[in-house]
Amino acid sequence: MAILRLVGRRLLSSVPLLFLVSALTFVLVSLVPGDPARTLVGQHATAAQYAAVRAQLGLDRPLPLQYGHWLAGAVQGDLGSSLFSGEPVTSMLDSRLPVTLSLILAGTLVSGLLGIGLGLLSARRGGRLVRTVDALALLGLGVPAFWFALVLIVLFAVRLRWFPVTGYVPLTDDPGQWLRSLVLPVAALSLGGVAVIAKQTRDAVLDTLGKDFVRVMTANGFSARSITYRHVLRNSALPLVTVLGVVLVSLLAGTVFVETVFAMPGLGGLIQQATVEHDIPVIQGAVLYVTVFVVLVNLAVDLACGRLDPRVRAA
Amino acid sequence: MTDASVATRAAVPARGSLVRGLLRRRGAVLSLGWLLLLTLATVAAPLVTAHGPLDQDLNSVLTGPTGAHLLGTDTLGRDLLSRLLFGGRSTLLAVAEAVVVFLAIGVTAGLASGYLGGRLDWLITRTADLVFALPGIVIILVVLAVFPGNLHAAMVTFGVIGSPGLIRILRAQTLRVREELYVAAARVAGLTRPQILRRHILPRLTSTVIVQAALFAAIVVTIQAGLGFLGLGAPAPAPSWGGLVADASQVIDRDPWMLLPAGLPLVVTVVALGVLGDAVRDAAVEAWAPPVPAPARRPRRPMPTAAGVTTREPDPQALLSVIGLTVEIGGTPVVQDVSFDIRLGETLGVVGESGCGKSVTSLGILGLVPGRGRISAGHVLFQGSDLTASPTTLARVRGSGIAYVSQEPMVALDPTFTVGRQLAEAVARHSGCGRKAARVRAVDLLARVNLPDPAAVAARHPHQLSGGMAQRAAIALALAGEPRLLIADEPTTALDVTVQAEILGLLRSLQTETGMAVLLITHDWGVVADLCDRAVVMYAGQVVEQADVAALFSRPLHPYTAGLLAANPHAAVPGEPLPTIPGTVPPPGAWPDGCRFAARCALATDACAAPVPLTEPEPDRTTRCVHVDRLVQEGTSR
Repeated sequence: MAILRLVGRRLLSSVPLLFLVSALTFVLVSLVPGDPARTLVGQHATAAQYAAVRAQLGLDRPLPLQYGHWLAGAVQGDLGSSLFSGEPVTSMLDSRLPVTLSLILAGTLVSGLLGIGLGLLSARRGGRLVRTVDALALLGLGVPAFWFALVLIVLFAVRLRWFPVTGYVPLTDDPGQWLRSLVLPVAALSLGGVAVIAKQTRDAVLDTLGKDFVRVMTANGFSARSITYRHVLRNSALPLVTVLGVVLVSLLAGTVFVETVFAMPGLGGLIQQATVEHDIPVIQGAVLYVTVFVVLVNLAVDLACGRLDPRVRAA
Repeated sequence: MTDASVATRAAVPARGSLVRGLLRRRGAVLSLGWLLLLTLATVAAPLVTAHGPLDQDLNSVLTGPTGAHLLGTDTLGRDLLSRLLFGGRSTLLAVAEAVVVFLAIGVTAGLASGYLGGRLDWLITRTADLVFALPGIVIILVVLAVFPGNLHAAMVTFGVIGSPGLIRILRAQTLRVREELYVAAARVAGLTRPQILRRHILPRLTSTVIVQAALFAAIVVTIQAGLGFLGLGAPAPAPSWGGLVADASQVIDRDPWMLLPAGLPLVVTVVALGVLGDAVRDAAVEAWAPPVPAPARRPRRPMPTAAGVTTREPDPQALLSVIGLTVEIGGTPVVQDVSFDIRLGETLGVVGESGCGKSVTSLGILGLVPGRGRISAGHVLFQGSDLTASPTTLARVRGSGIAYVSQEPMVALDPTFTVGRQLAEAVARHSGCGRKAARVRAVDLLARVNLPDPAAVAARHPHQLSGGMAQRAAIALALAGEPRLLIADEPTTALDVTVQAEILGLLRSLQTETGMAVLLITHDWGVVADLCDRAVVMYAGQVVEQADVAALFSRPLHPYTAGLLAANPHAAVPGEPLPTIPGTVPPPGAWPDGCRFAARCALATDACAAPVPLTEPEPDRTTRCVHVDRLVQEGTSR
């Protein structure tokens, strides 16, 4: 019950953020020189045609009213329609969600497993692994996902032909091909995450290894394996979960690039396309989706912290 | 000169030290070199390359590196080096725009929030939290959808979105600095707020600001290139780093070479900024650290132990024999040639001031020398087997042969598990019994250390226990393996006086019940008198005296023991000042060759300058003093 109340409270406190983001987007859009109606009707339309389209889009009303109208639609799941295809924004976004979520989920798994493994090893072994993790951390910062993706394509798709160059096969069509089509995008997406998590894991584990209780447990005969994997890892998990949340959000940002490179029909690619085409309703909807995602990730991080550390739970 | 400026002088190091620290680091020099070179080449691009960034030559398309085109050409025969350098201009501009906004907002708001506090702080923190939660890249895309191709707007926005990170860091640091002594002194001296901020607080934040700016610049370079790659930067023929990568992506099947000149400068630049940021942070830590006194340099010579290295036969009666144990940390001995025995069921006290090596000795027995330390000589025999020789024996003995209770009960247990689960794990480990049986036994153990309602305690987490309860639980954990020897490192120091007596009582009754031996580290003579059969007195890493407790109290045969006993608050005469030993324990590395206590000793003579061996003036007691005969006589005539 307490958990439910916490979830409720956190979701409520995220309302201002959603409000701010959508209002900000709206104000920005109103600043556009010219307006979507002009884009739609073209240069040669008559004044009457232009006015009709404006009225149809609701652009002739004052800004707060427009926002209110959009907000009323949004809470009912109506985010307007694309200026280009005329398709409802909600269905456009929904149909692209699975691709992006597959990427993010796989990217989180890869970043988490590889990053924690590397960090743990480097904390326990020291020496060369420490420098490897440091170098990896710099590369994770320095190598942009879109360039790394292209390098991967040259090596593993063009030269070795192990994976398709671009494209996405839905899971329901062919699970094997789905997995193959995900390997390179996920690899490109995860580099930064692996680097960040490996470094943070190393720091957190080294910090925990220096704690008194580790010495007491070792002195009293707890097995090295249990100390490392049960006790040290769990105590190091708190800072890690926070970092994992940041990585999740950065993975979402990364999909904008990775989906563009690999021509995947996901949310990130759609945002890029809509930006190029100035398809404002799609952008507005996408921003809302992304903000909700961020809110959910932060909520998950908070809940995980509470589960992991009884002291946080009490607070 | 005001008091404040005096205080400032003392606290603020020379500005040059940060720069010097930076120039000592190879990575920082290389990074600075690259960034400088890049900036110059970009600004002076027309001087570096003869080709214009837009000059097409359809006869030499995708040439790869040649004499005429050092980095090759693109699909329209345009020179890649030229496009790279001219494209770099927009990157530099973007970095400048974003970083200026980032710093303007971050520094102002961070300082104001941390220094002024109050309602303004609340407002700034809240806003920063809100902005921090925004998905940055997506907001920039919105801006670009609204202002097509306007990278300036995008970069200014990115500076705003990035600033909450800086605000948080600077706020925290300002809060810390403003409490420091010299800032308080400046306030008292009547300096105005802007003066204090400018003269005393900002200088302390400079390195942090540089570090954050470098890291943020690294991100801006990536983001700017990313936008160019997505086709959201400057429109088509204009060169940009991201655009180059996009061009390269069109021809990766035909000419993968182009990926390298298009991407590597980008990668190197971002890495250089990252390395620079790390280096500034490290150099700043160095510059602000209090000066470390250099270890006294003396000519290398053999350790002054040769005279006293113990090679005695172990006592066959002993449960534990420590023989000539020497522990080094970072090459410096911190415990030297320590020997003693513990017999079955006896309690041995180890006494001495802080820094004499008591804890290191006890951890050395368990093979747990802290940090980079190691046992460099000596043996630890437990029930006849040498723990220093075999890691497997050591692992088997830990917990089931020798158990350990530490000084700080509140941090001795894993905070994330319940007390019961930790105890059950220890029980299962040592007895091999099933999970259920282990849980039952865990509660039994808690009952045995006299915890009321043991089942409830088992369900709690360590932070829900009081210090005394936590120490009882820690003792229960040590008992889980039914050890023959319990090492207790100042088990009552961190506790209230009333609780101290209870824990000592518990130890005594447990010892009677189980017949285990106890190695008790303490600096409290009352505890020694109360609990111990014999005591070892340690000074500066050595054993200086060892005797039965009764004999030790009535007739100490080392001046240090005598001094410690005289300084015992339990024996203080009301109304008279408590006698103390003048001076302090010399730290490891600063030990003299001769008697280490000589500098603080009233009996010291020239004879004390030579290494002093342990002698056995009477059966079953040893001491390390050249004046032992005098002490024996004084003692008997007293």
